[in-house]
Amino acid sequence: MSFLDTIRIALRALLKNKMRAVLTIIGVVIGIAAVTTIVSIGQGATQLVSGEFEALGTNVVLVLPGQTRRGGVRQAGAPTLTAADSDAIGEVCPAVLASSPIVGTAGQVIYGHDNWNPKELQGVGADYLTVRNWELEAGGFFSEGDLQSNAKVCVIGQTLIPKLFRTVNPLDETIRVNNVPFRVIGILKKKGANMVGDDQDNIVLMPHTTVRKRINGSPLDTVHAIMVSARSTEQMAQATREIELLMYERHEIGPQEEADFSVQNTTEIAATLGIITGTLTLMLSAIAGISLLVGGVGIMNIMLVSVTERTREIGIRMAVGARGKDILRQFLIESVVLSCIGGAVGLALGTAASMAATMLINAYKPGTDWPMVVSIPAAFVAMGFAAAVGVFFGYYPARRASRLDPIDALRYE
Amino acid sequence: MALIELNDVRRVYDLGEVKVHALRSVTRQIELGEYVALIGPSGSGKSTLMNTLGCLDRPTHGSYRLDGAEVVTMNRDQRAKIRNKQLGFVFQNFNLLNRTSALENVELPLMYGNKIAPRERRDQAMRMLDKVGLADRYHHHPSQLSGGQQQRVAIARALVNQPAILMGDEPTGNLDSKTSREVIELFRKLNEEQQITVILVTHDANVARNARRTIVLRDGEVVEDTEDFQLAKAALEEAPPLTES
Repeated sequence: MSFLDTIRIALRALLKNKMRAVLTIIGVVIGIAAVTTIVSIGQGATQLVSGEFEALGTNVVLVLPGQTRRGGVRQAGAPTLTAADSDAIGEVCPAVLASSPIVGTAGQVIYGHDNWNPKELQGVGADYLTVRNWELEAGGFFSEGDLQSNAKVCVIGQTLIPKLFRTVNPLDETIRVNNVPFRVIGILKKKGANMVGDDQDNIVLMPHTTVRKRINGSPLDTVHAIMVSARSTEQMAQATREIELLMYERHEIGPQEEADFSVQNTTEIAATLGIITGTLTLMLSAIAGISLLVGGVGIMNIMLVSVTERTREIGIRMAVGARGKDILRQFLIESVVLSCIGGAVGLALGTAASMAATMLINAYKPGTDWPMVVSIPAAFVAMGFAAAVGVFFGYYPARRASRLDPIDALRYE
Repeated sequence: MALIELNDVRRVYDLGEVKVHALRSVTRQIELGEYVALIGPSGSGKSTLMNTLGCLDRPTHGSYRLDGAEVVTMNRDQRAKIRNKQLGFVFQNFNLLNRTSALENVELPLMYGNKIAPRERRDQAMRMLDKVGLADRYHHHPSQLSGGQQQRVAIARALVNQPAILMGDEPTGNLDSKTSREVIELFRKLNEEQQITVILVTHDANVARNARRTIVLRDGEVVEDTEDFQLAKAALEEAPPLTES
């Protein structure tokens, strides 16, 4: 019997019991729709995360003081990095585009009668904007001269403008950061939220020297971190190696000694986050998979009923020459057709559901631009999975049908 | 060499506690082109013999050679192929597929045979339906046909693969006497004009009389095999020996 004939017969058999076919299919529809939606949203999340890292600069390497490798009794966040390290990295390493020290602080910003606590109050170097791949909307950035003279100048992010200045042009106005007056010399372009939903524009940048001496009042020449950008994402690994070599040399660390710094690049963080979102997606898919399993059992149940109901038909077919494998194929294809229709409907529903979910997320969380991902391979996998469910759960009933004794089957009432 | 050669064929049903001897020992030959009626009281083993001859069942002992090929040692698929190519079945209750047109019912054996183009398959089925006088009923479903018409669809289905043997298991059992006569007439015509070997199980004397040879079975054994229907009738009506009761 030709394949086309078999499919035609399967379709006709299913159409004879439309209601039953539809109810059977629903199980698979729900399963496939759930898997599709979850995978699609999960991939959206992954893409969003990696998108954020691109905005941060996928080529960014962070040099941190020896804290991540120091547990137990040792002091975490040891002050081991200096601005000179940052300068050296920027000058010596060929794969490095730019480098900037980071000195963090916290506090209140006051302008006139208004005050505001920005998320980030950072002292940075002159190359910071290059490192972050960030641009100015207005004004300028501080220079090497400003750094050397501990100039009380600052550059502010977009979020501060409505909070502090309202209608006033912030440029050349003076704000007070922890009671130290700073003149606003530049305004950053809007960057939006990062992946955790934090507003990146809620920021005040100052020369790191000024922050250290006038705000933190630290006697040490150390910085909290060094942010470095490689010339390209491809050169990240090389840049990381160069920085490590340079830092070993500068900090006079022997081969046996433990480093007093650590280099983290964002691909590592992105990879870690990828693992987290991937695991989450996998877990949710497993839960969705259970509903698919239930759908499969539903198919098996109906196919068993169908085989019993159609025992006579099987007998007739055998009497006119159908072999066991013809019968097996007929019922197997019937269950695969069932599950594939379920898979196709489920795929459509799942895609619609993930579109709706994406729109909801983007509507209720302004600033996020959650991407809509409909992956073609995932669609194929879903269909393949549906077909596999049909084969797996259809095999036992089909085999039972094919093993029937022709005489018994013909006599069956 | 005869078309059908049965040699000491036995069929025992093992029901656990008891063994039922449906066929005790049958040795018989049927030639190509014969018209044979199998008769006997209920439980005489005629249906078992029919199923054996039709390759639906396998004897537990003995040898059954069909056109020279040993059927007893064949596997299920090989027997399915024989049913498809060399045998045609007609049943008492027609056994047509419901909600399937007459044409498609007749096409069924062609679907399981060698691959042929759908158009060719359709043409063959149509020609066969024309032959049995149902040219205007191609697209009727069995429920829309009378008993006699349904049985003629079944005969068309049985013959569409040009088998050597046509087997009928009480083919007129569900028909009124007028349609019975028509169906019997069709069998006779097929036998005479096309040399198709016809083997029928029946307990209708009119059907059996139409056959040229009658085999009478009782208790799993052949008690009469004759071309004279009066002898067969006598053997059938003869009371079983007293020793058995």
